[in-house]
Amino acid sequence: MSLIASPVLWLMIALGVGIPLVLIAGVRYLAYRLAGRPDSIASPSFDPLELPLPRFASSWQAVRMLVWVGLLGGGVGIIVLRFVYGIGAVTNLSDQFPWGLWIGFDVMSGVALAAGGFVICAAVHLFGLKRFAPLTRPAVLTAFLGYLLVIAALVVDLGRPYNIWRPLVHWQHHSVLWEVGICVATYTTVLFIEFLPVMLEGAHRVQAVARRLPVMPVARMIRKFTVVLAVLAVVLSTLHQSSLGSLWVLVPEKLSPLWYSLYLPVFFFISAVAVGLAMTIVESTLSSRAFKRGLELDLLADLGKYAAVVLVIYLLARFADLIARGAGPLLVQANLQTAFFWLEIGLGVVVPIILFSIRPLRYRPAVLFSAAVLVVVFGVVLNRLNVSWIGLLPYTGPVYFPSWMEILVSFTLVSFGVIAFGLAAKYLPVFPAEAER
Amino acid sequence: MSRTDIPVSRREFLKRMGTGAVGLVALQWVSMAQPALAADDPPPEEAWGILIDLTRCVGCNSCALACKASNGLPAPDVAPSALSADVYTFVEAHTVTTADGTAGTRYVKRQCMHCVNASCVSACPAAAMYKSPQGPVVYRPERCLGCRYCEVACPFGVPRFEWDNGLTPTINKCWMCFDRLQQGEQPACVSACPTGAMRFGKRSELLAQAHAQIASNPHRYVDHVFGEHEVGGTSVLYLSDVPFEELGFPTGLPETAPPEETEKIMNQLPTVIGGMTALMTGAAIFTHRKSNRSLEPIQAEKEE
Repeated sequence: MSLIASPVLWLMIALGVGIPLVLIAGVRYLAYRLAGRPDSIASPSFDPLELPLPRFASSWQAVRMLVWVGLLGGGVGIIVLRFVYGIGAVTNLSDQFPWGLWIGFDVMSGVALAAGGFVICAAVHLFGLKRFAPLTRPAVLTAFLGYLLVIAALVVDLGRPYNIWRPLVHWQHHSVLWEVGICVATYTTVLFIEFLPVMLEGAHRVQAVARRLPVMPVARMIRKFTVVLAVLAVVLSTLHQSSLGSLWVLVPEKLSPLWYSLYLPVFFFISAVAVGLAMTIVESTLSSRAFKRGLELDLLADLGKYAAVVLVIYLLARFADLIARGAGPLLVQANLQTAFFWLEIGLGVVVPIILFSIRPLRYRPAVLFSAAVLVVVFGVVLNRLNVSWIGLLPYTGPVYFPSWMEILVSFTLVSFGVIAFGLAAKYLPVFPAEAER
Repeated sequence: MSRTDIPVSRREFLKRMGTGAVGLVALQWVSMAQPALAADDPPPEEAWGILIDLTRCVGCNSCALACKASNGLPAPDVAPSALSADVYTFVEAHTVTTADGTAGTRYVKRQCMHCVNASCVSACPAAAMYKSPQGPVVYRPERCLGCRYCEVACPFGVPRFEWDNGLTPTINKCWMCFDRLQQGEQPACVSACPTGAMRFGKRSELLAQAHAQIASNPHRYVDHVFGEHEVGGTSVLYLSDVPFEELGFPTGLPETAPPEETEKIMNQLPTVIGGMTALMTGAAIFTHRKSNRSLEPIQAEKEE
């Protein structure tokens, strides 16, 4: 088979395995230099750079792990291919369809799914809903990692990523994309500062660091600005969450009237608030399972209640706008766009509203979690894909479906986000201690 | 290509940014909000344009070959059949029913329309796409991020990206031979046309000529100059004797330039910034007063 003979395949495998190995070894080396070797492996029979061999509970788990690592290696390899042979070599993108899965899913959906950071921060620090305070750190971490992934996806998708700083210098106040760029850059910085105290507290636990560096005073100093940072987070998020919708206002002749509206920015913002709440429910439920923590059910159920209110406003606004634009007849046609519209509105908005509003259902963790997942997958990710993909197909013709390599790269980036979240949750004080809840 | 054509207004804007106050930034933004054409540019009617009379085109491809030669594009003796990263213009053949009921062939030269208020220019986050005061929409690769929003935005599907270039892909499209214009010459395609189907001149004059031509030959021409009003006007204009929709021209284009809508939204941003800042600060002050605390942050956890 030519594929096996291809040096590209072996390059992919080598890099896919090699890069994680170097990273793990490097992190361990740094940790030992900073903190000294743990006593358990201080005996000379252990090499400090020896790789950790994970112990698997079952062979099934080991196989699953191997497949996952293999997929991630492949994803990294494809990213390398993209920089060697061009975007066209790994994607199905074309001049007729220049934005695909990496923009529609990784960037547009990624930014929306990271909205939990500003929503929870605003609730706790600006609206005085203090009981949600235990949720702020995981929400900020999710948002911070989400934005880092968005930037990573941009670096892969941009043709000339080394020019990514240009918008910061060449101000273009008529360009929506310029404003998105400025806000994403600024807000990622804000999220970094918001998360810095957690990282500093984590560093404080390492005695060698705590002895040498004044980490806690710095953390305390940053915390003084929490309210200012929360205001900044809300303002910057309002701007770019909505502007991701404004991007499509520029193409009135291309986007189906089911989605095209001058109020796209408003819809993108409202749905971002809803999915911020839903993502917090999803992320808290998943991490409570993964880390065997208790579930803050009463808090999460309340988030579901608020999400229902936001979704009702969103639903009414969407339909009022559709009717006012005279696009009503499109709602009853038999075509792909109408089907995807109802899939988005029905499963992603109407069903979650019902599940969130009925109190006994809301307090069942499985129902609460499913409703939140529906909002995430159908209400927002499908909405962003409808706007950036399905809704454009009547104009462009059926010219685009993501290649397996695009899908694998997206999967790889999301996986790295999940791994980073797991590592951060394990080594940093992200979740409040059991006693304090 | 001239690199000194940054609008003065923005330079001043950046200079005043130095004073730093957030409110001042917002105020400046309001006063700076303007269409993609900078204030010191001449009005669009003074800019150059090209009038293409489709009734005179015989499909000889001289223009497309001259374009390749003038821009140093590969395969200069092969007549192209579609726009690509190596083809800025080509001639498209359409079989149509003419006014007298017989079947005939019409040739349509395609290239960048050089919109007066261009979507690609409005879209570009780094001013790599630039509407020159002289009329051409030119591309400056050294600023380009390769985001391809210009391709998404273009109502005519013109820009072409180098999909097989890993590290230095560029956007490629007709630039109305901006280099030749600056030396006082006409675009290569116009100079090469043997039948006089293309005319180069000030856009306003070309429009007047086009309407005069329609008025003196009402039976020959469709009473429509394509590009006069489409997407707010284009610098390339077409005259035809068969309806434009039969020649593959896009229909249903808005008469207002799409950037006008996004610029309206962008002009709301200072209000959004100010309103949200006031609302959120107000909420913070209110809730902290209610809970009888100073503006110190509510903490998730006690410090160690």
